[in-house]
Amino acid sequence: MRVVIAEDLFLLRDGLVRLLEAYDFEIAAAVESGPELGRALVELKPDVAVVDVRLPPSFTDEGLQYALAARRRTPGLPVLVLSQHVEQLYARELLADGSGGIGYLLKDRVFDADQFVDAVRRVAAGGTAMDPQVISQLLTRRSRDEPLGKLTPREREVMELVAQGRSNAAIATQLLVTERAVAKHTSNIFAKLALSPSDDDNRRVLAVLAYLDRGGLSC
Amino acid sequence: MRVRSALLAGVRGLWLAVFGIVGSVVLFTLAVVSISFMLLGIGVLTTPVVLGAVRAFADLRRVQAAEWAGVRIPTPYRRPLPARRGGVAGQVELCSALLKDKATWRDLQWLLVDMTLGAVLALLPAAMLLYAPWGVVVASGVWKPLVRTDGTFWFLFVPVTGQDTAYLAAAAGVTLGVVGLFTGPALLRAHFLLAEPLLRPTRERELALRVDHLTESRHDVVDDSAAALRRIERDLHDGAQARLVAMGMSLGTIEALVEKDPAQAKRLLAAARADSAEALTELRDLVRGIHPPVLAERGLADAVRALALRVPLSVEVDVELAGRAAEPVESAAYFAVSEVLTNATKHSGADRVWIDAHHAEGALRIAVTDNGRGGASVAAGTGLLGVERRLGAFDGVLAVSSPAGGPTMVTMEIPCVLS
Repeated sequence: MRVVIAEDLFLLRDGLVRLLEAYDFEIAAAVESGPELGRALVELKPDVAVVDVRLPPSFTDEGLQYALAARRRTPGLPVLVLSQHVEQLYARELLADGSGGIGYLLKDRVFDADQFVDAVRRVAAGGTAMDPQVISQLLTRRSRDEPLGKLTPREREVMELVAQGRSNAAIATQLLVTERAVAKHTSNIFAKLALSPSDDDNRRVLAVLAYLDRGGLSC
Repeated sequence: MRVRSALLAGVRGLWLAVFGIVGSVVLFTLAVVSISFMLLGIGVLTTPVVLGAVRAFADLRRVQAAEWAGVRIPTPYRRPLPARRGGVAGQVELCSALLKDKATWRDLQWLLVDMTLGAVLALLPAAMLLYAPWGVVVASGVWKPLVRTDGTFWFLFVPVTGQDTAYLAAAAGVTLGVVGLFTGPALLRAHFLLAEPLLRPTRERELALRVDHLTESRHDVVDDSAAALRRIERDLHDGAQARLVAMGMSLGTIEALVEKDPAQAKRLLAAARADSAEALTELRDLVRGIHPPVLAERGLADAVRALALRVPLSVEVDVELAGRAAEPVESAAYFAVSEVLTNATKHSGADRVWIDAHHAEGALRIAVTDNGRGGASVAAGTGLLGVERRLGAFDGVLAVSSPAGGPTMVTMEIPCVLS
């Protein structure tokens, strides 16, 4: 699997390259600035890109902007965004097109190599990988909101993991239940959020979007 | 529209003229008498009261100038008055401070102007309007008894002697009324402009007041930043630094244990990793407290939007800024909004909040309104006081409107330019 890495700090870039190589990824390019990232995404068409939000020359959200621009040209181009901090605002912008293949994680998630690589693979396969922090920020909001309010505590737990982008099997392992029980919960959740059963994979992305959107906010 | 504003100017002018003459004459007389009686001793007790009334009267006119004619007249008094001792000695001190103040004497001069030229100017808008119906009334036959008693009756510059001249008088009256229609608001404005040179601070006093304000806000800023640095130092020392030390110790122990007791080493490794994650979280929170990342990356508008997403209330954000303000201003505005939102979350009982921010007339204006139970005040909460001080450093102001029962509206204004 071919990866483009964009990270301006040499130590972290080098670490990411070595980590991903150890897990048999092919590093198509490892760049250190926004414009280079833009070129790499267009010319190399990687299977997945791992991108730092803050990149030179502006040291603002240049990485995010180039990733979003590339996804407008190539819809669904898998991008995993890494950041020193996670903001719902950015999470929503990344998920807005609803086409999946998006990840948004804190940089420290790299500490757990297995989980991190799992997230990269999930994003490359068109799934999502949302940082638990984005999700937990939502959980602290009072949910007066109807559809989400209807979820049982167990369903909320499952929803949280679905929102992170985990598969049913992974959720089952973590919650110590059978995969069938998880499947039952997820279909209940989809029903409560009024998501039609047309395309099961995409529904998971839509559920995340619904989860983010129905925190009771409007901008 | 023109008629309405002319009528409004007439009514307001009439009010100013009547209260101007009555108030100015009474206050001026009292002031002069009270000051001269100081030699007898009684004046020492009355002068501060009378001069206080004069100041209140002048302040009322300053407010009216801004509200009725858009003439902004800053107040020239130093506040608070010098700290005073009790008893007669204190009274004497207060009197001498008041009498040494140039603003006091300029106020008295203004009273003289206000009861004469000022009153006339204020009366004109109403008088000119009233001449139109008066002229018509005269022409409709009222001239007869008037002429019979007086011989010749003068209407403006028209000597009314018969019906012809009465018509002429009506024409003159109506003309004057029309002129009044067009000039009324301007005349009212002229009244305030006439008062302005005497009511506004002298250049010298203006600078002195400015220096007072700057000294105060500089103290606030220095105090605030010293406190902030102390807090950051303590947070680093107790938080991230301690965790890194713990991590180092764990790693040292692991080195020793790795062959003897791999299971224990593994447990310690997990603990070390947890420590590093905790340290990062603490550093992240600290950074957010110093300079929020979204603010650095996107500017005030998106930073406020991101902030709105983090509070457990339903927040509607309407921010339109054509550019970015200077970084310190953005930061002050951001933390001000953040503090107000925190207050609303904790104390107001509100479930909806509206944030409205835009840049107009050289200032950034932000209004935060909630549907809570009200009762917030700058005096009661240290939070809002802190915000006020923070904004003060940029000559910004904060106003709180929060009647019991709600809603609460906090408005902030910071002079700045966008780039």
